[in-house]
Amino acid sequence: MEVLMTDNIKRRTRANNRFRYLIIAGAIITIIPIFLIVGNLAVKGYRQINFAFFTEPAPDTFQAMMASSAGEIIPGGIANGLTGSLLMVLLASLVAIPLGLFTGIYLYENSTRRYAGFIRSLTEILQGVPSIILGIIAYLWVVKNITKGYSALAGSTALAIMMLPLIIRSTEETMKMIPVTIREAAFALGTPYYKMIYKILIPVSFSGLATGVLLALSRILGETAPLMLTALGSPAISFDVTKPVSAVPLLIWDFYNDPNMVNLVWSASLFLMVFVLAMNLLSRNIASKRKYI
Amino acid sequence: MSKAANNEPVLKTEGLSIAYEPDHYAVNNVTASVRKNSITAIMGPSGCGKSTLLRAMNRMHELYPDIETKGDILLDGRSIFSMSVIELRRKVGMVFQRPNPFPNMTIYENVVAGYSLNDIRLKKSQRDDIVESALRNVTLWDEVKESLYRKGSFLSGGQQQRLCVARAIAFNPEILLLDEPTSALDPIATSKIEDLLGELKKNYTLVLVTHNMSQAARISDDSIFMYMGELVEAGPTGTLFTNPKDPRTEAYLTGKFG
Repeated sequence: MEVLMTDNIKRRTRANNRFRYLIIAGAIITIIPIFLIVGNLAVKGYRQINFAFFTEPAPDTFQAMMASSAGEIIPGGIANGLTGSLLMVLLASLVAIPLGLFTGIYLYENSTRRYAGFIRSLTEILQGVPSIILGIIAYLWVVKNITKGYSALAGSTALAIMMLPLIIRSTEETMKMIPVTIREAAFALGTPYYKMIYKILIPVSFSGLATGVLLALSRILGETAPLMLTALGSPAISFDVTKPVSAVPLLIWDFYNDPNMVNLVWSASLFLMVFVLAMNLLSRNIASKRKYI
Repeated sequence: MSKAANNEPVLKTEGLSIAYEPDHYAVNNVTASVRKNSITAIMGPSGCGKSTLLRAMNRMHELYPDIETKGDILLDGRSIFSMSVIELRRKVGMVFQRPNPFPNMTIYENVVAGYSLNDIRLKKSQRDDIVESALRNVTLWDEVKESLYRKGSFLSGGQQQRLCVARAIAFNPEILLLDEPTSALDPIATSKIEDLLGELKKNYTLVLVTHNMSQAARISDDSIFMYMGELVEAGPTGTLFTNPKDPRTEAYLTGKFG
């Protein structure tokens, strides 16, 4: 009996250890590609990143060709993409953030209603729609009918539709975590409904809401396909919402298609990657700082 | 057992019935009264409707549109259903089973939450006075006066519950409803809350739901015993505990069920 027991324990310890090494190995294998990607981009792209990279629009082919044949770094940068991305993300956020928050709150407040269930399934479907299809839709709605041409407005329409389901879901999930007793405490003090929402529910769940919004933002920052059909791209810095604008991912595509500018692909990708990474870190930071639930 | 108060009823329920589902009454035709400046304990086994009865007294059930209420509740002779919810809840405060201070607010903000959430503007000096007197009333002032502007999450459960009592009485209600306020607390915190309730009785009328019979016996003046949604017996706590009229009350008090 004694012998059997120790044998058993030894075997169990070995099995435990095997399993532990297995999951550690899994974790390491998962992070290797991330380091490889960032490392690759950094090594190939850092040379192009200077002050002008952020302040000047993309160079034309001739400039790029002259520079690369002379072995110099390519002049110009991604300023037109930065301003275009900023403009479209801002416009999309202006619509999608409040709309998404309100819809999420509605779903949470009326979770058992049939209409809410309907909206919830539609949201799920919307989340699964390929982004290129949203681009086609925005093309039909905005490019064809409203701005009569490729425009920043069309691009932000597609991006806003992409953001919506992400924000709606994260809002509802976050609100669900608020204990019902907090709501009851607010009602027991005679708090009107709207006040309870913006003085209690939103501040209490702030970290979750902000995380959802930032993740949605970092998601649309890298979107390329829908913008090809809507914002098109523009070589100049433009803030006109009815005109085509560029975006950082669109520039990456342009750089890739021009053999003289391939070096810029790495720099622009590095920038986009670091920026999205920073947004993710920021959202984590917020999540831990103002976490009440 | 504390000395029974000899005052007029301030709160009355008349034929009150409450159904969570159609024709399924959690509270059935209850007529009861609560005397001024007394502690009335509502007792009974789990699921007897005691919390449901209590929560009707400040119309908490309106949070859930499926709940049906029949009958009337009178506060100082006026139907609470004819008052605005804000007026009613200023007069009838509530403390819940688990401490639930607002986690996004500081201790100070929690105490004056009733005012800020209802857009009642006060001068800074008025607010300071309200905070200090409410916290002194719940004997929390000395423990938190150095940290009024911190979030209340570092407080112990008992301190948080006293903060919630302070939040309720800062509104200066006539009546304070307490839904098993000590069930989530340890014995020391419980005895502090019980002492506090004895003190609060001087200024407020308290209605206390409890499933702890010895607590009811210790601190209440009047008791209401409920069973299966019905009011079985009500009266001065001393009489009800020593000489119950209904066999079901006696069975409950002697531990035959519950």
